[in-house]
Amino acid sequence: MIKLIVFLPLIAAAIAGLGNKALGNIAAKALTTGALLVACALSWPIFLGFLSGETTAYVEPVLSFIRSGDLNVDWALRVDTLTAVMLVVVTSVSALVHLYSWGYMAEDPDQPRFFAYLSLFTFAMLMLVTSDNLIQMFFGWEGVGLASYLLIGFWYYKPSANAAAIKAFVVNRVGDFGFSLGIFGTFLVFGTVSIPAILEAAPGMAGSTIGFLGYRVDTMTLLCLLLFIGAMGKSAQLGLHTWLPDAMEGPTPVSALIHAATMVTAGVFMVCRLSPMFETSQTALTVVTYVGAATALFAATVGTVQTDIKRVIAYSTCSQLGYMFFAAGVGAYGAAMFHLFTHAFFKALLFLGAGSVIHAMHHEQDMRFYGGLRKHIPLTFWAMMAGTLAITGVGVAGVFGFAGFYSKDAIIEAAYAAGTTSGGVAFVVAVFAALLTSFYSWRLVFLTFFGAPRWAASEHIQHAVHDEHAHDAHHVAHEVPDEGAGSEPIHDQRGIDEVKHGTAGYHPHESPWPMLVPLIVLTLGAIFAGYVFAGAFIGAETGAEFWKGSLAFNEHLMHAMHGVPLWVQLSATVVMVTGLLVALWAYIIDTSIPGRFTAQFRLLYDFLLHKWYFDELYDVIFVRPAFAIGRFLWKRGDQGTIDRFGPDGFATLVATGGVAARRLQSGYLYTYALVMLLGLAAAATWAMVG
Amino acid sequence: MNQLGFPILTLLIAIPTFAAIACLFVRADMARWIALAATLVDFALGLLLWANYDVGGPQWQFVENVPLFGRFAWAMGIDGIALMLILLSVFLMPICIAASWDAIEKRVPEYMAAFLLMETLMIGVFAAQDLFLFYIFFEAGLIPMYLIIGIWGGVDRIYASYKFFLYTLLGSVLMLIAMLWMAQYAGTTYIPVLMAVDFPPEAQTWLFLAFFASFAVKMPMWPVHTWLPDAHVQAPTAGSVILAGVLLKMGGYGFIRFSLPMFPEASAQMFWLVMGLSMVAIVYASLVALVQQDMKKLIAYSSVAHMAFVTFGLFAFNRQGIEGALLVMLSHGLVSGALFLCVGVIYDRLHTREIARYGGLSNNMPRYAVLFLLFTMASVGLPGTSGFVGEFLAMLGVYQASSWAAFVATTGIILGAAYMLYLYRRVAYGPLDKPDVAAMPDLSGREIATLAPLAAVVLWMGVYPESFISPMRADVGAVLARLERAKPQGDAQLAAGHGPQLSPVAHGGAH
Repeated sequence: MIKLIVFLPLIAAAIAGLGNKALGNIAAKALTTGALLVACALSWPIFLGFLSGETTAYVEPVLSFIRSGDLNVDWALRVDTLTAVMLVVVTSVSALVHLYSWGYMAEDPDQPRFFAYLSLFTFAMLMLVTSDNLIQMFFGWEGVGLASYLLIGFWYYKPSANAAAIKAFVVNRVGDFGFSLGIFGTFLVFGTVSIPAILEAAPGMAGSTIGFLGYRVDTMTLLCLLLFIGAMGKSAQLGLHTWLPDAMEGPTPVSALIHAATMVTAGVFMVCRLSPMFETSQTALTVVTYVGAATALFAATVGTVQTDIKRVIAYSTCSQLGYMFFAAGVGAYGAAMFHLFTHAFFKALLFLGAGSVIHAMHHEQDMRFYGGLRKHIPLTFWAMMAGTLAITGVGVAGVFGFAGFYSKDAIIEAAYAAGTTSGGVAFVVAVFAALLTSFYSWRLVFLTFFGAPRWAASEHIQHAVHDEHAHDAHHVAHEVPDEGAGSEPIHDQRGIDEVKHGTAGYHPHESPWPMLVPLIVLTLGAIFAGYVFAGAFIGAETGAEFWKGSLAFNEHLMHAMHGVPLWVQLSATVVMVTGLLVALWAYIIDTSIPGRFTAQFRLLYDFLLHKWYFDELYDVIFVRPAFAIGRFLWKRGDQGTIDRFGPDGFATLVATGGVAARRLQSGYLYTYALVMLLGLAAAATWAMVG
Repeated sequence: MNQLGFPILTLLIAIPTFAAIACLFVRADMARWIALAATLVDFALGLLLWANYDVGGPQWQFVENVPLFGRFAWAMGIDGIALMLILLSVFLMPICIAASWDAIEKRVPEYMAAFLLMETLMIGVFAAQDLFLFYIFFEAGLIPMYLIIGIWGGVDRIYASYKFFLYTLLGSVLMLIAMLWMAQYAGTTYIPVLMAVDFPPEAQTWLFLAFFASFAVKMPMWPVHTWLPDAHVQAPTAGSVILAGVLLKMGGYGFIRFSLPMFPEASAQMFWLVMGLSMVAIVYASLVALVQQDMKKLIAYSSVAHMAFVTFGLFAFNRQGIEGALLVMLSHGLVSGALFLCVGVIYDRLHTREIARYGGLSNNMPRYAVLFLLFTMASVGLPGTSGFVGEFLAMLGVYQASSWAAFVATTGIILGAAYMLYLYRRVAYGPLDKPDVAAMPDLSGREIATLAPLAAVVLWMGVYPESFISPMRADVGAVLARLERAKPQGDAQLAAGHGPQLSPVAHGGAH
């Protein structure tokens, strides 16, 4: 059964991708979507089996892969609780995104290719989460990277999309550089790449030392940190995060599936999968905590000033991934996975909702040109509301809460309960980031759905209105998206009070049903996923039963987490309300505030708007030098030194003067034949005489 | 005689030889068909060879030994490593002939004869069991290549073939002297015997260096690589395919057949020389590849970087490293060959190799874009393609020998992705705004027939490399047995942990 779940998407992708135009849109879409619906339908029973405690972990072998001495790698599918959680997340969101794309990509000329990529991605992701050894995990890891590259660059005629696609792949390769070294080191230390074998042997290696680049370092710390670099790349953690916002160049369903719900959480999954290994190195866990906390803070601050609706959600994703990491860092792996689980639903919902807004607004992505959409696209509005309530963590303890209320608050409380310095820092940062999260999430809602329409200022809307088909938004909405869509908003820094108000005679339409159904399903997830599953994922006793050792579940920490002081419990709710009120005040009550604020704190604003200048910095220290050094080595190294003193120098040395040199050059064959002949004569002499 | 009952290796060598002679006496069209038929027959014989190769059987199989004069013998025989490289050669040859079908218009019979002669000599190199027989094939194999570049090459073909010649000459003179000395010392030219001779360590050093001069040029290793970009740029497409696909593999084959088993002490002594040059090569060649404006030059520099994985792996002195290196050789033969064919496809249409002249080919050449993407991904070592398994194993092996070397080698996966995706972006992506580029038709049936088999094998080797590793396993073991006594200590020096108890697995991994 698990084989069917994993390989159906691959088969569908291969048929749809190779069949392409010959197969036709409908067949390709039906095939891939059907395959995913089947995979999803098969995955839920597996998950429910683990939830009820009936199923136990097993490994299904597929094929032998690499055999080289002690290295023994098989293609195999591992199913345990951790895998089961990822299975339902991946197949559910993927199936819904497939369905959603029927509507969203309806006018695209290249639909079979799109759906094939989506299914290919799903296959790679499933290979990742079912891997029983590090190398198959790496296969899935790079496979999702390939799919991400292809989908970000799906509209390959857009230079910005191509740049974003390469950036995503190469930055991820930096992470994979660490991941690879981590695998090499793990093999050297443990003599195996099988995950269960490594996890079993890991405690025995705690405290040992190893030589690395001339230093002696703690073995487990080294291995964990190298592997964690891989996780940082895939999950866009601070330092290797720069590709994620740019990845928004891809079609919105892609952002929902890959860059919110599934692929970017692979790093968190990896840390949880290897959690018994990370538990052997306190240093590594401390690093994970700080990196996670720093990312949560960084991304949340940047998210507050973005005007592109997808970029706000992208930074939000980045920030939430930071939460998951520091949860893992303080030892609350169950909470990390729980947030991964609920986040998948509400973040996919927010992205698909944003896609629905973008669809309605004729591919305009700038929230400054939205406003007042609540009445025009009510279903989308309510879905986005549910997503926002979920991400900001609205709820009343003991009664009911939206998904994030359970998972995010659990992380914040776990950080406090950990009682370590890093946990304390993470707690403070997490509460502050929660404030920002609430602020930017509500800002998004208010700018988009409330206030007066500001559509007249949008070039996209103007195009739509002037287009002869303007009254049928569905027909024009999917023409070639122009290069302005989703590109850097920095050049235009007008505030919402400065842009032209009015509707320009444009009438946004609610999205078609294939797009609304996934929104409704995910809305249910965003509302209930936390309430229903909290006990299983993070309950102190029930959690241990649920996870069954598939991750290092810490019962003590979970007990401590449920018993934190009241002020800690309330802190998340307080900052949530505060963020809501600030957003309400600044974007509904007195809309001149953002403008005045940015004028007052220009430096801070610019710093955030330029995303802490990471891109600029990397351009100066990596990208430009790489090209400059490359040119230098080519011109000065190869041509100026090696050739000059090598073959060219030899030619001039032997025969001064161009004519003689040319004679030498054309006569080389004879010289060569002569040398060979002499050699043969010598050999023959030896053969006869010696 | 051997398990087949007829001298299959001699037959493999004879068929292209006679076909080459026949080609010289017929017209262009006939020559093409003769060449195709001969290479296909050789390919079929190659498959027969593979099917009858007894994995786990004797080290040397299909042995033929006909004394010629004195101690000079027509000694043929292959082990698993030679088998795989012969298969690579006979697999690429029909593809090369097909790729030259329309592209070559002048002096077709001579061209086909040169290619067939090349096939003879390539198979001879891998099948020869006699030191001097090997030398003849090894050196003579370059003559048809000179001719192919010099006659059917581009504008600067004379300069390119001159450079090629000069580098190679230096190496072969030194190697010949070393070979004469070895034959004198050991009293035999039979390679299987020589592989077990313990040469005195002081002699090993200079013998190693003499062979190294020849093999390093062939690889090519930095800094004797500069002939390769020029040779590739000037060579016709099929010439580049054979050059990258098979001729570069002769260096690696030389290392594993001669340098490592015959001079184990010297090899260990030269560990840092080889590692150092490989480290430089990977970073240097990758950065240079990044700034190339000419497609063939870019792929040529990428070859230099990929071949560094071979030298890394071979000199890791462990099984993963050596098996990885051998797989990189096979994979690179397929992938770089395929990439040169991909360049050839669009060169035939627009007659320029300048990257900037292309762009947006995904629009009008979707089939081409898919195949080019596959080979690009194989080149950057994406798991699931042949490129991954070899590189990964090689680096895994190197890590056990030196974390520094592995650290630098692994940067290759970042830089490789950068230059290959940058190339792919400029060729296949972007707007289709040049009218002559937009007018280019998608792959023809013949072009698909040349690329599709390569794609299939690239995926096969990526998913189930066991088919290719298993025949070589015992032979790698034989080399390792020779190297065991000289094997350098790794820098990991794992110290025991203070955990509950030291598991045997963990202990076993600590060298």
